[in-house]
Parts: sequence; structure tokens; C-alpha cells
Amino acid sequence: MPVKLSDVAKLIRSKNAGPFILTMDIMFENEEKYALVKNSNTITASSISRIYNMEIDRIDIEFFDAANSIKISIPRPHTSGSFEDSDVFGGQQYGPLVDIVVS
Amino acid sequence: METIKVMAASGQLGSGFSEESFNRGMSWEPDMIGCDSGSTDSGPFYLGSGKNHFPHDAIKRDLRLILLGARRNRIPAVIGSAGTGGSNEHLEIVVKILQEISTEENLHFRLGIIKSDIDKEYLKEMLDTGKTAPLPNAPSIDHNTIDDCSHIVGLAGVEPYIECLDNGCDVIIGGRSSDTSIYASLPLKKGFPPAIVWHAAKILECGAACVAQRQYPDCMFATIDQHGFSLEPPNMDYICTPVSVASHMLYENASAFKLIEPSGVLDTEQATYKAINSRSVRVEGSRFVPANQYSIKLEGARFAGHLSTILGGVRDPVIIGQLDSWLEGMEQKVRQRFVTIYGDDIQDKYRLLFRVYGKNAVMGELEPDQTTANEVGVVVEIVADSEEMVRTLASVAAHICVHYPVPEWSGLITGLAYPYSPAASYKGPLYEFTLNHVVYPESYQDIFKTEYHNI
Repeated sequence: MPVKLSDVAKLIRSKNAGPFILTMDIMFENEEKYALVKNSNTITASSISRIYNMEIDRIDIEFFDAANSIKISIPRPHTSGSFEDSDVFGGQQYGPLVDIVVS
Repeated sequence: METIKVMAASGQLGSGFSEESFNRGMSWEPDMIGCDSGSTDSGPFYLGSGKNHFPHDAIKRDLRLILLGARRNRIPAVIGSAGTGGSNEHLEIVVKILQEISTEENLHFRLGIIKSDIDKEYLKEMLDTGKTAPLPNAPSIDHNTIDDCSHIVGLAGVEPYIECLDNGCDVIIGGRSSDTSIYASLPLKKGFPPAIVWHAAKILECGAACVAQRQYPDCMFATIDQHGFSLEPPNMDYICTPVSVASHMLYENASAFKLIEPSGVLDTEQATYKAINSRSVRVEGSRFVPANQYSIKLEGARFAGHLSTILGGVRDPVIIGQLDSWLEGMEQKVRQRFVTIYGDDIQDKYRLLFRVYGKNAVMGELEPDQTTANEVGVVVEIVADSEEMVRTLASVAAHICVHYPVPEWSGLITGLAYPYSPAASYKGPLYEFTLNHVVYPESYQDIFKTEYHNI
């Protein structure tokens, strides 16, 4: 049975980090589940680059052991609330992460 | 002083907190109370328009409790980023509420005000002399960008707050500031270590957001010493755990480990989070690296025109099967119709876009999945210089869109289900953020002006 990110994460979310940057957090309830994903090749600059169709060097990923969490930050294609923007808070941009298979 | 105790009333002035939690926190004898009042979260409208997000009555309820508590215990009350946008216009809204409360409660105190508006000529000069720098993903800017802004503010660091405290202020209402400066002010003035103070301030700035399961906004309480700080929620239904406190570093920051302040960078990569008991946490081990150059982050918003929207639904599988080409044709037809009425001059006087809910409206070009649902919502958006113009264009567009044909059906079709009559809605003025830059002033006083009043 393939394991999806949403099967092991307690929270996957996205939000603005200021009006120009989007940040996404993948949080786990314990070290074991966090380590499973951290030690896999699931969340890498190249996997995120494919999902969000964005150059690898524009993607920042941090593994935050004290919080059993992974952080991904990418530039916003449009600034928060501008004419072209459709997500003022940046709150629904994590959607494609939910069903990623942990591998 | 061996320890200093700081209470955050809430994450946002006007979002509320429990009076019971607040009173319990006050009984722990804090040395100051703080509350943040600003944000760019809810978009550019607030900074752009000069209006505040939380209603007058909600701000007044929170501010009254904070003021009464602070005056009763004779400790400073510090409010930052007043009125959402933190411009002088926003500051006035909160100062007026403060004056209403002071009159009603017969309070007397020394008030410090920090103004964060940036003078446009000053900023142009700084731009021309190379004393600005872009932050990640910043647009390019010139004099026109600056002139177009309805409001430009700088995010104050701790320095003007300390100036106010040095001048004996009992209450400080700051314009736009870094959220942390509010809480770092008194502890830094008293000489506590910057790394510990900034880290504690970062955790405090969202009030009870750092608890394990926040049900509603509430207070947070920190005790800072020379080696670290501890956190305990005054709300007895809440608990702080090492993970809940550490996790707060993730929230709304591009980095979980680095927090940039005007005077330096907080680095929490080596920090440790340990449980003291079942509901409080001890934090130690962060570092603060002083900046080589003092920098102030800018925020600016411009008026971008008046906005109208049209919402319509599609259920016909024949149309949905060719949705992209149908909408492309529709958009062309709308643009042609505008030219027919107004001539070629109209072409650079409006902006038009289509969003398709049920396909990729939420994520746009970031969307990897291009499947389309069995019904979709089409939102047509139009921006023009005046309300009258955008209302006219939207009404014209609504008529073109609703009857736009597909080749498979012969005869007049009605391809959009409009839930409203009239189909087009005037949404109001549109604002856009335009600055994501820092400026390098000689001193904070070049930008931030303090005023003192005896209330």
C-alpha cells in the first residue's frame, strides 16, 4: 500500500510569508513519522519543482527537527491580493502536496 | 533585575482574548503588556485604503482591558502596527479609540506615538543613492512606483519603542513595526540578552498561537532571564508543549530558523525546547547576529483601479469539453465589443481576466492537475479607472458572455448560469502591494517620528 503524505502528516498547510512569498509547512505528530518522510526522497527541491512547475533554485526547503516539521518556501507568482492573485492568504496552495506518495 | 515578565494580550488587537485569562496573567505580575495590531495577511486593501480591518468596537473592547490592566499595575502597555496598515492614517484610528477610552475611564498617562509613514521624496533620494535593496521576489521599482503608492510605511525596529520608554511613556501606540519589536522593547531596554529577547518576542507576537490546540485567540505569558525564557499560557484550558512552541517559528515565516530584524538576525537553529511541566516550556540556545548595516523593511500599496466581477456557472458537458477554447473566444469577443463601443483607446484602459473554479482558479499557473470538474464556476474580473467605467464594461461583458456560442449547438444558447441579477457586481477599489524592499537609513530617526502627549 503506498503511503500518502496526508497519511503520516498531522497538518499540511500553506500561508503567505509576507505578500511576496508563499510558505508551506508539513508537520508530524512524532519523530518517527517525521523521520520516515525526511529520510525519503519525497520532499526535495526537484520534487517540489516538478509539482509547482518552478525552477529548482527558487525553492527553499528546511527540515526542522525540534518541531518535527518540514518547511517549503517559494515565490508567489502574483503578490497577495493583486488583480491576478486568487488566494489572498495563500491558504490553499498546499493542495497538491496532500496526495504525494512517500517514497 | 533577574527576570522580566511579558504578557501578550492577543495576536491581534481587536481579535479578542478571554478576560479571565487576561486577569490571571495580570495576577502573575507582568512588567509590560503588548499587543500587535497590524498585518499584511488580509491583503493590500488595508494599507492601500487607510482603513482598518477589525471593527472599532472590537478594538475598543480589547484596548480598554489592556489599558485598565496596565494602569492598575503601573506597567507599560505597548501596541504596534496600529490599525492593520500602520500608516499615520491607521494610527489616528487607534489613537482616537484610545482617547475615547481614556475619557470614559478617566485615565491619565503619558502617551508615546511612533509614526511609520515614509516620505516619498526621502525614499526617492535613497533609491537614487543606492541605499535601498530588493528582498526576494521583489518587483523592480522607480520614482513612478513610489509616486503611485497611496501609503508607504517602514517596519520599525525596537529603537523608537525604547526611545518612548526612555521618555517615560506609560502607553505606546506604534505605527507599522516588526511584530517582535513590541515585546522586545522593555526587555532590551533592561539589558536582557538580545538572542533570548528576540526569540521570546517572536513566540509572543501571535499571543496564544503557540499552544498545542488553540480554540480562539488569547493571551500568552513569557518570563525571560539571562539564559533563556519560559512560556506559560494564562488560559488554563491551553497547554504549551516543546513541539507547539517550536512549531510557532514556522508560522508565516519563509524560514523556521532565521528572523530578520532591523538591527540583526535571530538564528534559532540550535535552540532547545524543553517541557518544564505539563503546560509550560523552557527555551534556550538561540543566537542573535547583529547586522552590519541597519535596515528598515518597506511596505507600499497602490490604488490599481475599480473592480467589478461576474460569476457564472457551467454545467453543459459539451461546453465543459471545450472550455479553454470557448473562454478564449469569449474573451476575444468581449474585448472586441469594448472597442466597438469606445474605440481603440479603450484597450489600455482596463484589465480583464477569467478564473475557472473547478479547474485551476485557486492555484493558477502553480496547478499541476488540469482535470476539470463536471460543473465549473467562471469568474470574470474587470478593472478600470473609474467606478462608472468598470460598471459599464462589466455590464457589457456579462451580456456577451452569457450567450457566447459553441459550434456543436445551432441556435442561440445561454451558456452561463448567473446566480445574481444583475450578473455583474461592483466590488470597489482595488489595491496592490508594490514594494518588497529595505532601505538603509543613517538612523531610525530618519524615518520614525515620535510624539509625546499627556493624556
